[in-house]
Amino acid sequence: MGKVAVVGAGMTKFVRRAQETGRELAWQAARMALDSAGMTLKDVDAVVIGSAPDAFDGVHMKGEYLADGSGGWRKPTMRNFVGGATGVFAPIQGWYHIASGQFDTVLVVCEEKMSSCHPHPQGAFLTIFDHTTERPLGPNLLWIFAIEMNRYMTVHGITKEEIALVAVKNKRNAMDHPCAQLGEELTVEDVLNSEIMAWPVNRLDVSPASDGAAAVVMCAEHVAKRVTDKPVWVEGVGWHLDTAYWTNRDLYYPRYVEYAARMAYDMAGIKEPRKEINIVEPYDPFDYKELHHLEGLLLCERGEAPRLTADGVTQRDGDLPVCPSGGLLGVGNPIAAAGLMKVCEIFWQLRGEAGKRQVPGTPKRGLAQAWGDLMQVGAVIILGR
Amino acid sequence: MTVRIKEWPGTALSSKDFETGRVLTVHHKPKAEYRWDAGVAIGRYLRELKEGRLIARRCNACGRILLPPRMFCEECFVPTSEWVFVKDTGTVNTFSICHVRWDMVRLKDPQLPAVINVDGASPGMGILHLLGEVRPEDVRVGMRVQAVWKSPEEREGAITDIKYWKPI
Amino acid sequence: MREKLTNPEDVRTWPGTIPVEYVYTAGVAGEAYLRAIKERGCLAASTCPDCNIDYLPPRLYCERCFAKTDEPRDVAARGVVETFTVAHRDLDGRPLEPPVIYAFVRIAGTAGGLIHRLGDVEPGDVHIGLEVEAVFRPPAERVGSILDIEHFKPVG
Repeated sequence: MGKVAVVGAGMTKFVRRAQETGRELAWQAARMALDSAGMTLKDVDAVVIGSAPDAFDGVHMKGEYLADGSGGWRKPTMRNFVGGATGVFAPIQGWYHIASGQFDTVLVVCEEKMSSCHPHPQGAFLTIFDHTTERPLGPNLLWIFAIEMNRYMTVHGITKEEIALVAVKNKRNAMDHPCAQLGEELTVEDVLNSEIMAWPVNRLDVSPASDGAAAVVMCAEHVAKRVTDKPVWVEGVGWHLDTAYWTNRDLYYPRYVEYAARMAYDMAGIKEPRKEINIVEPYDPFDYKELHHLEGLLLCERGEAPRLTADGVTQRDGDLPVCPSGGLLGVGNPIAAAGLMKVCEIFWQLRGEAGKRQVPGTPKRGLAQAWGDLMQVGAVIILGR
Repeated sequence: MTVRIKEWPGTALSSKDFETGRVLTVHHKPKAEYRWDAGVAIGRYLRELKEGRLIARRCNACGRILLPPRMFCEECFVPTSEWVFVKDTGTVNTFSICHVRWDMVRLKDPQLPAVINVDGASPGMGILHLLGEVRPEDVRVGMRVQAVWKSPEEREGAITDIKYWKPI
Repeated sequence: MREKLTNPEDVRTWPGTIPVEYVYTAGVAGEAYLRAIKERGCLAASTCPDCNIDYLPPRLYCERCFAKTDEPRDVAARGVVETFTVAHRDLDGRPLEPPVIYAFVRIAGTAGGLIHRLGDVEPGDVHIGLEVEAVFRPPAERVGSILDIEHFKPVG
């Protein structure tokens, strides 16, 4: 397989409601990614689009709709959707487009415009529950997160205070992100005292609904060496799916994340992830998910992630910076774009271009992970200098 | 490169922009109505619920008793083997105390959704349902519960034929 | 795997909906388009400075080269029927009386056009190449929608 590099990245601001249409947002991010690589649309051989359910934007065949804004005009173009994992799966798709030798340069664009959906984007998600055995009970999306969080807390004896530290950290980190929707200085008490939505989930435990887009340019080794002296290489990729019978799994541990991570570590030749990964962007639509995912990524023992957080290890200046971007909790959560934002962040961090968010030292290797559907999809990408 | 970008794209709008018509919008309400087939396994599941019973499927390849029932085993990828009745008692695996509806309207009384591991099914074979006849603060993971059924006349062959599960 | 059902009541379906509705913003370029229709009774196009293509409806960017297009400019709502159809049934299959003519109207001086209804003309008199112009609703009734145009009618 050929080596594949990320050579450019771009994103829009993440906002509650954007004036731009989805394809306009896609263009803004895609254009920025190309500009940053000193490339034009002519240099692009193929396009990969990532976007969550059509029902969010309310645009059927969203891949086709987004194609022109994503640079897909008269090019080999495809769209993928693996729920919340889409934003990290899209660059994986870009990777195999190039690693296979089929294409030299691929533009990867992710977009979501959830503000179109009324009365609440959740309406588009209710059919995720089984139509006959679950939906008649009147479920809402918060149930599965709350239920999973409770299981995680109960099995390990973790408190809400320990989990709230993640929201505090990420929202603070987001204050340094120019595209962030919810950067804020908060205390654990603020999180615990925010409105209870579905115990144990309070409002500030949750990421917002957002509009936004993100993009990266990926290319083969010979192109990368021509266009940049700071290529960031794709060292490992992994993805994995667990059963949709989610009530038949023990929710305290995300096995599918572990399997995806193992696949990526194997490919990257990583034996001791905790020592060999310098910076992590795990998927954090809820604060406990960051902890859950750190454990699934084998970056600590099961049940230990809260301690790492409390000890400051996961702070931007800690030993293992986690979500230095501000994550979904702080930057915002336009589903597919949020996942790709994490890949952009690793790219900028490894190049030393993250501005006020730059982690100290010179991180060599970073990992982005996203998760989706009925808590069943894991997607992992490892980038390195 | 990002450090050089002064103005990031994306135009944030406020509610007022919509209310006052400062930005033009188009409203559309799709007619999205469905009738989903219950299918073979869940069809039988529903018929048994109407009789006040819970039924599962056994996979003879792995020996698991699967609930909700399914006609194929997703692990062994073979057809499941036989119907097995399970009990209407179980254990709370995890739960939530939910104060909002899906559209974020506050509920007067919270709902208690839970994953209930049903007795007689294989370990970990939980189903999603609701808890009742219990104060939210008294619910515990590991609590033993029993299904509270609607009366035979009220039952229609639906998961809601069980009103909720109450502590034993 | 299949079970033989002898009782038709055993065939169960479960009804449900996807409870969503949408409020779409017109977008940056779409806003200019709908404002032209609403406020000035005309259409708008934007030009790619590099490819020299006049997009109608206007776009924020050129899909061919990714350049930002020039600011949208007003364009008269006038053009040529490029193709058309005569609909005799509505969306639910009910008869339409009189039938409705839908046409793709290529707008003069642009590379684009729009789908709209034709009016003030009998289906038998419509032909490809027919010159048409938009009939706008009175300014006070316009809301900033493509339906601020009632229909296109033959010129003259």
